[in-house]
Amino acid sequence: MTARAQKPRETLLIRPRTGWTSLDIGELWAYRELLFFLVWRDLKVRYRQTIFGAAWAILQPVLLMVVFTLFLGRLGGIAPSGTPYPIFVFAALVPWTLFAQSLSGASGSVVNATNLVQKVYFPRLLLPLASIASYVLDFLIALAVLAVLMVWFGVGLSPSTVWLIPLTALCICAVLGAGIWLAAINVRYRDVRYAVPFLVQLLLFTTPVAYGTDLVPVAWRGLYELNPMAGVVEGFRWAILGIGAAPVEAVTISALVSVFVLATGLAYFRRVERTFADVI
Amino acid sequence: MADLAVTVDGLGKRYRISHQGDPYGRLTESMWAALRAPFDLVRRRPRETAEWIWALQGVSFGIERGQIVGVIGRNGAGKSTLLKVLSRITEPTAGSALLSGRVGSLLEVGTGFHPELTGRENVFLSGAVLGMRRSEIVRRFDEIVDFAGIEQFLDTPVKRYSSGMQVRLGFAVAAHLAPEILFVDEVLAVGDAEFQAKCLGRLEEIGASGRTVIFVSHSMPAMLRLCSRGILLEKGQVIADGPTNEVVRVYLETDLGRTNERRWATLDTAPGDAVAKLVAVRAVPPGGGSSEEIDIRQPVDVEVEYLSLLPGSLRPFVNLHFFNDEGVCLFITSDSANREWAKSPRSRQTVRSRVRIPGNFLAEGRVIVTAAVSSMNPTVVHAIERDAIAFQVVDRSAGDGVRGEWVGDLPGVVRPMLDWTIEATPVP
Repeated sequence: MTARAQKPRETLLIRPRTGWTSLDIGELWAYRELLFFLVWRDLKVRYRQTIFGAAWAILQPVLLMVVFTLFLGRLGGIAPSGTPYPIFVFAALVPWTLFAQSLSGASGSVVNATNLVQKVYFPRLLLPLASIASYVLDFLIALAVLAVLMVWFGVGLSPSTVWLIPLTALCICAVLGAGIWLAAINVRYRDVRYAVPFLVQLLLFTTPVAYGTDLVPVAWRGLYELNPMAGVVEGFRWAILGIGAAPVEAVTISALVSVFVLATGLAYFRRVERTFADVI
Repeated sequence: MADLAVTVDGLGKRYRISHQGDPYGRLTESMWAALRAPFDLVRRRPRETAEWIWALQGVSFGIERGQIVGVIGRNGAGKSTLLKVLSRITEPTAGSALLSGRVGSLLEVGTGFHPELTGRENVFLSGAVLGMRRSEIVRRFDEIVDFAGIEQFLDTPVKRYSSGMQVRLGFAVAAHLAPEILFVDEVLAVGDAEFQAKCLGRLEEIGASGRTVIFVSHSMPAMLRLCSRGILLEKGQVIADGPTNEVVRVYLETDLGRTNERRWATLDTAPGDAVAKLVAVRAVPPGGGSSEEIDIRQPVDVEVEYLSLLPGSLRPFVNLHFFNDEGVCLFITSDSANREWAKSPRSRQTVRSRVRIPGNFLAEGRVIVTAAVSSMNPTVVHAIERDAIAFQVVDRSAGDGVRGEWVGDLPGVVRPMLDWTIEATPVP
């Protein structure tokens, strides 16, 4: 007890803040254990009382791949240079599924935790962070399935595979930015709940998942690549299949857009989070 | 100089009250507002000052390390807002608060529980949410489970627990928090009497171990037992601050003196849920006459009017708790004592339940009534208004009352007229 008393006491000053506030990484770090528990809870709860359990993590992208292969792979014209179409699609579905699922999860993360937000303090950013982090595990499982598919179809690894690591980071960065924005807006405007499924559908068509970028007219490429997932998906496909030239331009645009969305999202979230408990 | 754990200085919190029923903004709405008056939105100037209310205003006090302070006040006086601001759930609009020491707050029992997870998993989750370290939870796990007394259900999902079990487990986790400053809101309002006593005991221990506690409760006995100091809030302001017994007396006198009838003008403001909503609670002498002062010899009718909103097998009943001005519960009575009513199915209707308290039964002094509508199996309180009404019982008997010819002080929480049988046999 005496040892404790000698430690300087934590002090906390509560007063109204105005304007923009800093990110306070130190506080997020101090709450890392809670982040861990929130991720753990999401994982435990997600597949509880389901028949297939964690197999759902694999089933979703695999079934989409089958559907795309059956309906689009046969049409010709989209099946590109020498790669088996299932691999071609699955390489894109792996980052896409991470994006789509964690965007839905993150956008509802604060509203779904209404009870917590009104009853206990913690950095609210943990909510979208935990939601997204919980889908990264699903992503890793899907990546393992991709490896199995590659062996099955006899597609070898290329040196460009190392690029998957920064590309995954880019994908997470893209979804963090959008997810944090939507989570904060959702607290005040429940329109987000209806807009997100639609947005995800829309993005699926404007992201080269089922088709290759070569189908997009060159004149439209610049606009097309403003969708950060376009660069991510192209990058993934290139890194895994190792065909063609590296999509440097698309990935660069994606990175710039993602960082911009993330930075503004964080600033906005920090600014409005102080009223979450009042308006939620 | 005193060692202050909590220093609150001019704290204020302003809320916007929405006049529409819709609590959420809609994008279209604010887009229109932006089109009509773009500068309003940019400058964040409130368009109508009437839409804002101060839930807290100019609240200042200091609390010494190790003190246990009770905060009292009517519903809506700002007690919960004060705790929310101090626990950083919401930000103040004005003023400041300086907290020196590790802070923990307990505004609800079972914070962070997830119904799909097991008891064991929820102990960890709730502990983490309340600010405990994982190592700390592991270390105290057995103690927590022991306190809750639910060992055999540890691996059962919490959604299968009875509400009582959930409360026990929730409180057990919270009771093992070890902050230097603890904020507690109304937790004693839940659970059975035995468990409430256990909770109270635990809070006493926490206080005795030198921690600083700020405690909000409607239970005057709990307040008197636990707290050395009381703070009375009304309309967001501190109106009394001092030794608990004095503050409790001020509360009961100023706030309740003339309210022998409460009526809720609209359904929105009335206490209640989807099953029952209170409409009015009143105390009246059966033959009319002054209802502020009840003659000790005369009966008094206490009436609860409520809307029964859910037809069917759920049979809500009224119960009334009678207290004296020391906070002692005199007795509890319920309209389920009417067996016929207790068994009849409810429809959507306005119900008036009236009970007659006989004359020559209550003691002299102020009587305070808490009214509730609840149902059994499982026990759910649908509507409750604590300290809803009060009336004054005056003893004007002149030889025809319980006191007979005696004019001095007559102690006792009730003053019933009882039948005496006297046998006198002459001494031979």
